[in-house]
Amino acid sequence: MRIEPRDHRPALLVVLGISGACLLMLLLGSLLIMSARAPVWASWLALLKGAFGSRLAISEVLTRSTPLILTGLACAVAFRARLWNIGAEGQFYAGALTVAALGAGMLNLPAWLLVPVLLGAGALGGGLYLLGPAMLKHWCNVDDVVTTLLLNFVMLLLVSLLIQGPMRDPMSMGWPQTEPVIDAVMLPKLMSQTRLHAGLAIALGCALLIALVESRSSFGLQRRAVGHNPSAARFAGISATRIAIWTALWSGGLAGLAGAVEVMGLRGYVTGDLSPGFGYTGVIIAMLARLHPAVVPLASFLVAAIFVGADAMGRAFNVPSYIADVMVALSLFVMLATSFVLTYRIRR
Amino acid sequence: MSEAFGILLTTTLWAAVLRIATPLIFAMLGELICERAGIVNLGIEGIMTVGALTAWFCVHVGFGLWTAWLIAAFAGACLGLFHGVFSISMAQSQHVTGLGVTLLATGLSSFVYRVAVPGNASPPTVVAFTPLDLPWFDSPFLSATPPSYLAIGLVALAAYVLRFTPLGLAIRLVGEHPQGAQAQGLDVIAVRYGCLVVGSALMALGGAFLSTAAFNSFVINMVQGRGWMALALVVFGAWRPGMALLGALLYALFDAYQLRLQTLLPGIPYQVFLMLPYLFAIAVMVPMARRAIGPHALMTPFIKGER
Repeated sequence: MRIEPRDHRPALLVVLGISGACLLMLLLGSLLIMSARAPVWASWLALLKGAFGSRLAISEVLTRSTPLILTGLACAVAFRARLWNIGAEGQFYAGALTVAALGAGMLNLPAWLLVPVLLGAGALGGGLYLLGPAMLKHWCNVDDVVTTLLLNFVMLLLVSLLIQGPMRDPMSMGWPQTEPVIDAVMLPKLMSQTRLHAGLAIALGCALLIALVESRSSFGLQRRAVGHNPSAARFAGISATRIAIWTALWSGGLAGLAGAVEVMGLRGYVTGDLSPGFGYTGVIIAMLARLHPAVVPLASFLVAAIFVGADAMGRAFNVPSYIADVMVALSLFVMLATSFVLTYRIRR
Repeated sequence: MSEAFGILLTTTLWAAVLRIATPLIFAMLGELICERAGIVNLGIEGIMTVGALTAWFCVHVGFGLWTAWLIAAFAGACLGLFHGVFSISMAQSQHVTGLGVTLLATGLSSFVYRVAVPGNASPPTVVAFTPLDLPWFDSPFLSATPPSYLAIGLVALAAYVLRFTPLGLAIRLVGEHPQGAQAQGLDVIAVRYGCLVVGSALMALGGAFLSTAAFNSFVINMVQGRGWMALALVVFGAWRPGMALLGALLYALFDAYQLRLQTLLPGIPYQVFLMLPYLFAIAVMVPMARRAIGPHALMTPFIKGER
């Protein structure tokens, strides 16, 4: 038995493949719900209602997807240039801490300038945190997967150190958290009486910008060239070092921006649980979107809907909300299998 | 200063070294076997979690400790097989499939654990492995649980198999040059599947050690990056079991030492001490990685007949 690429893709196969994937996901999800001894139909309905059933539900999905779009983009940008940045979680906190440090009244700027400066500072914080491992990879060939992963743990410890020590808010009644940023820094709300904030617009803007840069600019072409064939890229006169530095700053910057936006749009301060794994979910989102920046928002909405819906399902039927993690991971594998069936065929 | 040095002479420190190192030794060995055959198994963190949950759960419902370990190894092997379907048969990116396996396995473990132990009840404890007293070598420096000795024995076995047997040669060839291996009549796919399954079973045992020997219950997120540390150890050990074992012991010594140093230096926040092992791991990877000695076909999917 061997596999070989298909010459052409029959339309019927595409339809069958995609509907098969959806059915498989429904089936696997139902099995999970049944294993938690909850009614299957009612649970699915609760999930749908929790994610799309009301204005508030939809706004929650959009709020949840905002950081996911940015971390998903961060991973997609890096992976396209074959930089395996699994450290978006750490870069997220680097951005969040930068904003918390500068935004609590330290900078004295007019409001219209303060917000962009802080967003930029957050992005820079995240970018610089990735620059180290990216340069180790570029110059010393140190495995980037391991270094970025380990730096996540370093950053979490740093956050814990800072929010219990130097950056602790004296007014927080003993809770370990940073001092809240000043009101002028907070991003405006997009819908009244919801948590949805302008961060969504920033995230969608980033997705659009990156999609354009990747598909329309020579920089995007150079990045892909370095990713696919470094020696050919060098031969074509592309500076691999320049591309590596910019890729790291872009990717880490997007993750840092996610942290900055989460602080400035939602929380106002940094705690140790600011991110429930946004960085790691970003990896999956980038994969689900097949590394296309323009598809990342769509994948983020889907994943956010699963998370928000699963929370509602969990409240209604006592299904552990970890079911969302399992369903997101399963959807990745179902997607991989479907795309395999659609691109290859098996020959005897 | 003399106090800091004095810690090195306490017996509890050396007992702790082996206890901290054992899960890493199992995991590192599993990863090393996968990587020698050309597969980076980033599922390691999740497979360890599943191993921890399975072993704890089996003991909890009444199985013997070693039976529980066998079942945990089997669970790990199943995840390795699952990983192989995507990374070997479907020739997908190993980064994607591996991280997917980690997400799936950790999510599933947490889900199953919450279904089995609802609410915020305190985690049920089990009777864990107890340190073994060797009758012929009575030294408190070496009081460790039976799995620790098993881990070290397995490292020796793996080193022997990889270096001196035809099977080891086949594994190394598949990792270095799969096309060449196929030209020699080897079944590359089968060798890779075998290594992935065996390696994943070992990773699961690393997790099992956490919940049935180092501690006596399962906690969500109990692996806490030990899998990623094992990845770093493989690089540090230059893909050789003996060197990687040394790395694991060195790391454990460092970890056990910093834990005791914390009480000695109360002025420094404890997080600084916890950070050091990670930074240490990154620092030692630099000189090793420069030499670029890893298996050549690492992370390259093999498609039969494709060149």
